[in-house]
Amino acid sequence: MTGLRSEEFSERRLEVAGWPINVVTYRVGERYYCTVDNVSPGARVARGEGASKEEAEEVALEKATRYLSQTRRVVTEEPVE
Amino acid sequence: MAGSSGEDVLVTTEWVAKHGGDADVRVVEVDVDTAAYGQGHVPGAVGWNWTTELCDTVVRDIAPKEKLEALLGRAGIAPDTTIVLYGDNNNWFAAWAFWQLKIYGHADVRIMDGGRKKWLAEGRELETGTPSPTVTTYEAKAPDMALRAFLPEVQKALVDARTVLVDVRSPQEFTGEILAPPGLPETCQRGGHIPGAKSIPWARACNEDGTFRSREELTALYGGAGVTPDRDVIAYCRIGERSSHTWFVLKYLLGFERVRNYDGSWTEWGNLVGAPVEKP
Repeated sequence: MTGLRSEEFSERRLEVAGWPINVVTYRVGERYYCTVDNVSPGARVARGEGASKEEAEEVALEKATRYLSQTRRVVTEEPVE
Repeated sequence: MAGSSGEDVLVTTEWVAKHGGDADVRVVEVDVDTAAYGQGHVPGAVGWNWTTELCDTVVRDIAPKEKLEALLGRAGIAPDTTIVLYGDNNNWFAAWAFWQLKIYGHADVRIMDGGRKKWLAEGRELETGTPSPTVTTYEAKAPDMALRAFLPEVQKALVDARTVLVDVRSPQEFTGEILAPPGLPETCQRGGHIPGAKSIPWARACNEDGTFRSREELTALYGGAGVTPDRDVIAYCRIGERSSHTWFVLKYLLGFERVRNYDGSWTEWGNLVGAPVEKP
């Protein structure tokens, strides 16, 4: 199909599970798409789609929250004196 | 090629909108998110899947020569075709494809500055479905491994003052605070970085809209960390795609002659028994 365009493109920063995220949402035709990246380093963490912006973002943010919650910060052992 | 953005390896979204359908041009989308292409892509663009088409799916390696030749042939690409690559995440895997195409000697490869995000943000035309180019028989050149660093070369670099290692991961990966980018699976046994490596996250080379920073800004960014054209440079990240982005910047936007991408990267070094690791 040709003649489509992305519309309602938006981008914003949020924090989820203690990590900054970048949320990009747009519409192509009748579908809304949302992608979430982790800002640093900018890797895509989750995506979602739906019939509305809210639905697409809800799906993506739910997945992003789940995945980011599993990220552990490594504590290096202090040397035993 | 008239109409490029000034650097002969970068083209603007505007240029692609005008020339993407030219007979001697093939536009190719390569995304981190392999489902993104199906949502809509630059009209006429073919999509490549980095997880299956730009690698050896049995041995951990880049695409074998015959596999890349078949991929290019299916895309209707001939040795004199201008290939324009673009993708999501500010062209991470577009740069990965660029690196492999240069290893196999394709002459004219370019990147659409700003990638998929800029195309979408500008509300440009999209197309769904998959084009069916006329298949060609493509013969690639012998691989140029001077563009690629393997483990023994990185080990030698540890004691070679002429070589500088550039770690392009996030600061938290560099220090070992995290073992993978937040939200992604851990793929190494140890965190930290290769001793002596300079931390210059890949994204510092980009503006907010995904386009590359100016030559002056890039020179200051890398030069300020001692990464200069007179040095041998090896870039690495976790699996080699972010570092191919930095490799592209150093070699093609700044003109460094001796820069290699260590695609073994931290998934190799951070799992090696006995490999030296520096923290933070």
